[in-house]
Amino acid sequence: MRPFSYTQSPDVTTAVQEVSAQGAKFIAGGTNLLDLMKIDVMSPSHLVDITQLALNTIEETPDGGLRLGALAKNADTAYHELVQTRYPLLAHAILAGATAQLRNMATDGGNLLQRTRCYYFYDTHTPCNKREPGSGCSAIKGYNRDLAILGTSEHCIATHPSDMCVALAALEATVHVKSSQGERAIPFAEFHRLPGDTPHLDTNLHPTEIITAIELPAKGFAQHYAYLKLRDRASYAFALVSVAAALELEGDTVKEARIALGGVAHKPWRVPEAEALLQGKPASKENFRAVAEAYLAGAKGYGDNTFKIELAKRAIVRALEQAISMEGKS
Amino acid sequence: MKENYTGAPANRVDGRAKVTGEAKYTAEFDIPEVAYGVVVNSSIAKGKIKRIDTSAALALPGVLQVFTHENRPGYTWLDSHYQDEDSPPGSPFRPLYSKEIMFSMQPIALVVAETFELARYAALLVQVDYEMQPHETDFKANLKDAYRPKKYKSTKPPEPRGDAEGAYDQAALKLKETYIHPPQHHNPMEMHAAIAKWDEDGKLTVYDKIQGVQNSQKYLSNAFGLKPDDVHVISPFVGGAFGSGLRPQYQLFLAVLAARELKRAVKVVLTRQQMFSFGHRPNTLQEISIGASTEGKLESVQHHAYGETSRFEDYHEDVVIWPGVLYHCDNMKVSHQLVGLDVYTPLDMRAPGGSTGIFALEIAIDEMAYKTGIDPLEFRLRNYTTTDQSKGLPHSSKELKECYRQGAERFGWDKRSMAPRSMKEGNQLIGWGMAHGAWEAKQQEASAKVVLSPEGKLTVSSATADIGTGTYTVMSQIAAETMGLPLENVTFLLGDSTLPKSPLEGGSWTVASVGSAVKLVCQKLQEDLLKLAQKMENSPFKDAQPEEVSFANGQMFLTQAPASSISLLALLQQNEGKPVEAEATQKPEKEQKKYSSYSHSATFVEVQVDEDLGTIKVTRVVSAIAAGRIINPKTGRSQILGGTVWGIGFALQEHTVMDNHLGRFMNHDLDKYHLPVNADTPATDIIFVEEKDEVVNPLGVKGLGEIGIVSVTPAIANAVFHATGKRIRELPITLDKLL
Ligand SMILES: Cc1cc2nc3c(=O)[nH]c(=O)nc-3n(C[C@H](O)[C@H](O)[C@H](O)COP(=O)(O)OP(=O)(O)OC[C@H]3O[C@@H](n4cnc5c(N)ncnc54)[C@H](O)[C@@H]3O)c2cc1C
Ligand code: SF4
Repeated sequence: MRPFSYTQSPDVTTAVQEVSAQGAKFIAGGTNLLDLMKIDVMSPSHLVDITQLALNTIEETPDGGLRLGALAKNADTAYHELVQTRYPLLAHAILAGATAQLRNMATDGGNLLQRTRCYYFYDTHTPCNKREPGSGCSAIKGYNRDLAILGTSEHCIATHPSDMCVALAALEATVHVKSSQGERAIPFAEFHRLPGDTPHLDTNLHPTEIITAIELPAKGFAQHYAYLKLRDRASYAFALVSVAAALELEGDTVKEARIALGGVAHKPWRVPEAEALLQGKPASKENFRAVAEAYLAGAKGYGDNTFKIELAKRAIVRALEQAISMEGKS
Repeated sequence: MKENYTGAPANRVDGRAKVTGEAKYTAEFDIPEVAYGVVVNSSIAKGKIKRIDTSAALALPGVLQVFTHENRPGYTWLDSHYQDEDSPPGSPFRPLYSKEIMFSMQPIALVVAETFELARYAALLVQVDYEMQPHETDFKANLKDAYRPKKYKSTKPPEPRGDAEGAYDQAALKLKETYIHPPQHHNPMEMHAAIAKWDEDGKLTVYDKIQGVQNSQKYLSNAFGLKPDDVHVISPFVGGAFGSGLRPQYQLFLAVLAARELKRAVKVVLTRQQMFSFGHRPNTLQEISIGASTEGKLESVQHHAYGETSRFEDYHEDVVIWPGVLYHCDNMKVSHQLVGLDVYTPLDMRAPGGSTGIFALEIAIDEMAYKTGIDPLEFRLRNYTTTDQSKGLPHSSKELKECYRQGAERFGWDKRSMAPRSMKEGNQLIGWGMAHGAWEAKQQEASAKVVLSPEGKLTVSSATADIGTGTYTVMSQIAAETMGLPLENVTFLLGDSTLPKSPLEGGSWTVASVGSAVKLVCQKLQEDLLKLAQKMENSPFKDAQPEEVSFANGQMFLTQAPASSISLLALLQQNEGKPVEAEATQKPEKEQKKYSSYSHSATFVEVQVDEDLGTIKVTRVVSAIAAGRIINPKTGRSQILGGTVWGIGFALQEHTVMDNHLGRFMNHDLDKYHLPVNADTPATDIIFVEEKDEVVNPLGVKGLGEIGIVSVTPAIANAVFHATGKRIRELPITLDKLL
C-alpha cells in the first residue's frame, strides 16, 4: 500500500472541493476501495472520507418515489420498511450480495461504483487494460469464466459485479450527483458504461462528482418480482448470472415486464425491445423463452464463459416464472 | 464420566484460551524491537532476473535492507542442507539462491523496515527486469512427457498381480474412463509466518507456523550451519495447516537470514495471495479400467495416475494403492507417473493421494455398478476384501461392513430407486450417492516426558503440534486416565523444539504415535511411584509388581485389594518435595508388520440439482467411520465434520486456476478461490462404528484427521449422477457442467 493523506469532510461542498485535488478519491464504507489499495490496484494519494456527510437518509419523494441517500448502508436499505414493502426486488437483490458484515459497512453510493472482480484486474503482475490502459486484456484468451458475454469489446470483457445495481436498472432509478459545477441527474441506464476502447472508465460519473442519492420512481413492482442469483456457492460469491425480473400483470396477461441481467456485461443489462415482446402477451413459458432468446441475441462467449449464454436464458425464464408464482415470498 | 477420560467428549482444554485470544499464533508474538519483512514475488514463471533495483525502496527512511540473490550472504548452498523431513526426492527450493526464476510468485526479495506499513510500501518500489523464457504449466498438454520417478516420495506403486490386461479383455463388462482434479491450495485460516531472533551468544529463537517444530529446527541448523541445540523453535498454536506446514516455508528462511544480517528480530508474515506461492495438491489425471462379470464380480482393475510436479523435486503421493486396499480382485495393475511443470513442488494436502485416488476409483466403481445394474452398496459388498492384496496382508481390523450397515440404515438407503433422474421434486432432481474410503493407520516413533509436581499436578510434554485437531486435549485425557487424575490437574505442552522428539503432525498418526508415548511415559511414572511406595515403612506395595497396581481418584492401590492404597500426594512427600519425572520413547511394535491397518468410512449423500439451472446443493450427509478407539468423540466429530465440508469443497468448488499464458495461478484470494461457506454445508450425521484393534498401536486408535474426506467427494459425484444421469469426471462439478 502506498502512503496517502486523509481528511474527513464536514459537508458536501467541502467534499467536492477536496476531491478535485490530483489523485484524490472519496471513501465511504471502504469495502472495495481499501481492498484495492492494499493490493496496489488503486492508489489514491488523498482520501476524502464522506461518511460524516448527511447523506444517509431514506425518504419518500413528493411523487411517491423513494430517495436513498448515497451513504445509506446496504443493510439499512434492504431492511428499510418502505424498501421492503414497495421495492422488495431491491431488498432481495441487496441481500443476495456479499455478507451481513459487508452489507453493514457498504454504502449505496459505493455499491454503484464497486469495480470488476476480473482475476487479472486484481493482480498487478498481469496485463489488464482496465487497470493499466494499453497493457492488453489477459482475460480474453485467459480465464474468463466469470466475465461478460454481452456488450464486450476487444479491449475488455469485464462485468460489473453488483447485485443491487441489477435491481436498480430494472426499477429505472435515477442517480443524483453533485460537483462544484452544480448538480445533475443521471438515468440508471446511462450511469454505467460499456468498455469500448475506454475500459478504464466504469461509469459516466466525473471523478470530481459525488453521488448524493439514488432515486426510485413510484412504480415498485411489489406484486410480481424476483431476483435470481446463480453462483458457484450459496453465499459470499458474485453472480455468474443474475436476473432482476419485475412484472405487472392483468390476469394472465403481461402489462409491463422489466428484466435486468447481472454478471453478463460491463453494466446491468437491459433490452427494452425484448421486454416489449411480452407486453400484452400471456405469461407463459414459451413467451418467456422467446424474450430470453431476444435478450441474449447478440451474446458472445469467450470459452470458459460461453455456458453463460444458455444459463442466462434459462435464468430469465425461471425468474419470470418465480415472479408470476411469488412462491416462498410473503 | 466426570473425569473426562478417554472416550468422553471432553471440551478442548485450550478452548477458553482460543476464544479469549489468549492463545498466541506465530505472528502474534510480541518481540521488542522487531523489524518487519515483506516478500516480493516474481511476475514470471520461468527465466532470469536481469536487474533488480532496490534503490527506491532503500531510499525510504526506515527501510533497513532489501535482501535479494545479489546481496544475500554466502551461507551453505548445498542442496542437501535444505532438505527437510517431508522433502520429496530432488533439489529443494532455496530462497534467494540465484537469479533463476523457476515458478511464478517465486520469492525474489525481502524488504525489511521499521514498520510493516513501510516494508509493504517499499516492496512496491522494488523494480525487476526479467529475461523471460518459455514456461510450461499446461498439465494436460504435457502429459505426453510423463515419467516414472527414480525414487517415489511415498509408497512405490504395488507390483502387478495376475493378468489385468488379459482379464479386462475377457470381462463381460468393461469400463475405461479418465478422471481429473485441478490443483488445490491448502488455505488454512492462519497465514504462514515466522519471527526470528538471534541472541548475543549466537543462539537462535524462532516462532514459526509449522506442523512440527523439530522439522524447522533441523532445517535451520542445516541451512545456517548451526548446532541443533542452538536453534529453538516455538509454535504453540497453529491456525490450521492441512499439510501446508509440513515443510518449512520460505518465510522462515527469510526471517532468519534477515535477523542474522540485521542483528535484529525480524517478523515475516505471508499475505493470503502469497499462500498461493508454494505447495498445493497436484493437478492429477487418472485412467481407470475395470472389468467385471455380469454378477458384479471384479475381474480386473487398472489404475494409472499422472500427477503434476515441479522441475526440481519429484513429488508423488499414494494415489494408486486404493484398489488393492478397498477391493478384492486378483488381476490388478497400477502405476504412477509425474508431469514436470514450471510450478512450485506440490505438497501433501489433507488426505494426500487418498482423496485423489479414492475420488476416481469410487466414481469408477459406481459406474461399473450401474453397468451391472447392481445397487452400488451391494456391488461393494460383493467385492469386499478382508486382506490388503497389494501388501498381501490381512487387515488388523476392519469394520467397514458395519459402516455400510449403520450408515445405510441411518440414511435410509433401502428407499433409493436405482434409476437416475427417478427422484424428482418440482424442478429439483434428487440424487442419492454413496462411496467408501480408507486411510492408513500409521504409528511413528515418538517420545514424551512427564513431571508430577509435589502438589500433584501432572505436566506431560512432547514436541508435537496442535493444528486445531485437539492434540492438547486428547493427550491430556490419555495422561489423566492413565494416572487416575482429574483432567484439570494435567497440562500438556507441545510446539517447542526443546521438548521430547516427536514426528510431524500429519498422516493422521499423532494420537497413535504421541498418544502411545504419553501412555508409556505415564506407565513409567507409575513404576517410579511404586518404587517410592515400596521404600515406605510397612508398605503394602512391598512385593507388588507394576501390573498389580492401579491408579484412580488420585490414589495408587493394589488392584486385588483396593483398600491397600496411598494417595499420590502422600507418596510425593516421600520424594522430599521434589517432583517425580520420567521420559519414554514408544516405537511401533514388530507385530504390526504382519498386518495392514486402515481406518474406513462409508458416506451417503443426498443432493438436489436444479434441472434447468444446474445448481447443486448437498442436502444431507451420513458418514460412518470405523477408526479404532475414539479417544474424544467431540474433537473426533469435529475432524469428520471438517472432512465432510472439505469433501464438499473438493467435489463442487475448489480449483486453483492456472493461466497457462502467464504460467500463474490467478484466483489467489478467498473471494476467487472458493471454499464452502456455512450455507453450502448440510445437516451432517456422523457415526463412529465400534472397532477393536489390539495390533495397530497400544491405544487401539487409528486417526481421524483424513478419513473424513476421502469418501465424501465421490459420494457427491455419484449422487449428482443419480440425480441427473450425468457422469462428471472432472472436478469441480460446477453448474455449467450440468447444463
Ligand atoms: C468479499 C466481498 C464480497 C462481495 N460480494 C458482493 C456481492 O455478492 N454482490 C454485490 O453487489 N457486492 C458485493 N460486494 C461489494 C460491496 O457491495 C461493495 O464493496 C460495496 O457496496 C462498496 O461500498 P462502500 O461504501 O464500501 O464503497 P467504498 O469502497 O468506500 O468505495 C467504492 C468506490 O466508490 C467511490 N464512492 C463511494 N461513495 C461515493 C459517493 N457517494 N460518491 C462518489 N463516489 C463514491 C469511492 O471513491 C470508491 O472508488 C462484495 C465485497 C466484498 C469485499
Ligand atoms: S477483462 Fe477487462 S478487467 Fe479483465 S483483464 Fe481484460 S481488461 Fe482487465
